[in-house]
Amino acid sequence: MWLTSKIKQVLLVLKPGKVTLNYPAESRPVPEGFRGQPAWDHTKCIGCGGCANHCPARTILTRDLCPEIRILFYDGARCMYCGRCADVCPEKAIVMSPEFELATGDRDDITQSLELFMLTCQRCGRCYDLEIKNAIDKLDLRGYRYDSLEARTVIRRSTERFAPDVLGETEAYRRPERIGG
Amino acid sequence: MLAKLARKAFPKSLWLYHCNSGACNGCDIEILNVLTPYYDVERFGIKLVGSPRHADVMLLSGAVTRPTFPLVKRAFEAMPGPKLVFGVGSCALGGGCWFDTYNVSGGGATAVPVDYYIPGCPPRPEAIVYGVALALGLVDKKAAPVELKQVEFPIDAQLRNRAWEERNVIYKLLRD
Repeated sequence: MWLTSKIKQVLLVLKPGKVTLNYPAESRPVPEGFRGQPAWDHTKCIGCGGCANHCPARTILTRDLCPEIRILFYDGARCMYCGRCADVCPEKAIVMSPEFELATGDRDDITQSLELFMLTCQRCGRCYDLEIKNAIDKLDLRGYRYDSLEARTVIRRSTERFAPDVLGETEAYRRPERIGG
Repeated sequence: MLAKLARKAFPKSLWLYHCNSGACNGCDIEILNVLTPYYDVERFGIKLVGSPRHADVMLLSGAVTRPTFPLVKRAFEAMPGPKLVFGVGSCALGGGCWFDTYNVSGGGATAVPVDYYIPGCPPRPEAIVYGVALALGLVDKKAAPVELKQVEFPIDAQLRNRAWEERNVIYKLLRD
């Protein structure tokens, strides 16, 4: 009796055949609705900063170099691929691409930077007065105006109106040293 | 260079030590998924070992929390050299969404030198296999930094044109 049970077992084991996916040689398509690396469409982006405002990992940073140029910087190292940036984007300029083979030896390989041109006002000919007084801007961009892109740090602090001393503090800001770090 | 060194140092097989430094278990499940018959990383001679003293590679998952910080360092020191560290998941890379909290040291790179980064929350099992294959030199790197610009400013274009003219010899000859 033990022999028949063993034969049955062998037949059962042989039934499924080879199941292994020969991965680096052949790949399997990603499932429907998979969220991979977010991809920006720079022709559609209007620079509202909603993605930077809603990112839970605060991995999208924004900075106005001058009134015309705004820089969005995406550091993929701590991105959680939650897709909130794609959800809040009013122009659908962010798409969660199916790209997931992002393993790298260098953290800078998974960064993206986007240089946006902010349009001038058609009536007065000047650029949108971003830093000083704008109600829409105050609503949307609260708190992350003083991010330091260079040090990749974030200061969660907002002021009612543009404060040059806070900006100066931000640029001189060093993150507190961690244990052993 | 590191890939070449790895190919020389580990010609046959990598033994992995899986180090959880306060992960949510998502990455750990994906790491175990890699060892199942479907993905079967034992094709590459990869084996999970229980002690860091037997291991060549540390798979670090989780943002290194304050209680685990010295333990991760000790586990890394216990590994015999040459050794590699793989950061698996966005927590091990940069701390994930806990990068700034009081109890997190801000990613694996603060505790141990991370050689390969595998982003994802959690990364797909294919992504982990891809990272290991990248370290072994079986596949090429696909990720590259992206820089996008909405408007090319005329002054930039002019500078670029001038630089092109200067490096092109024929313009100099024409000028003479």
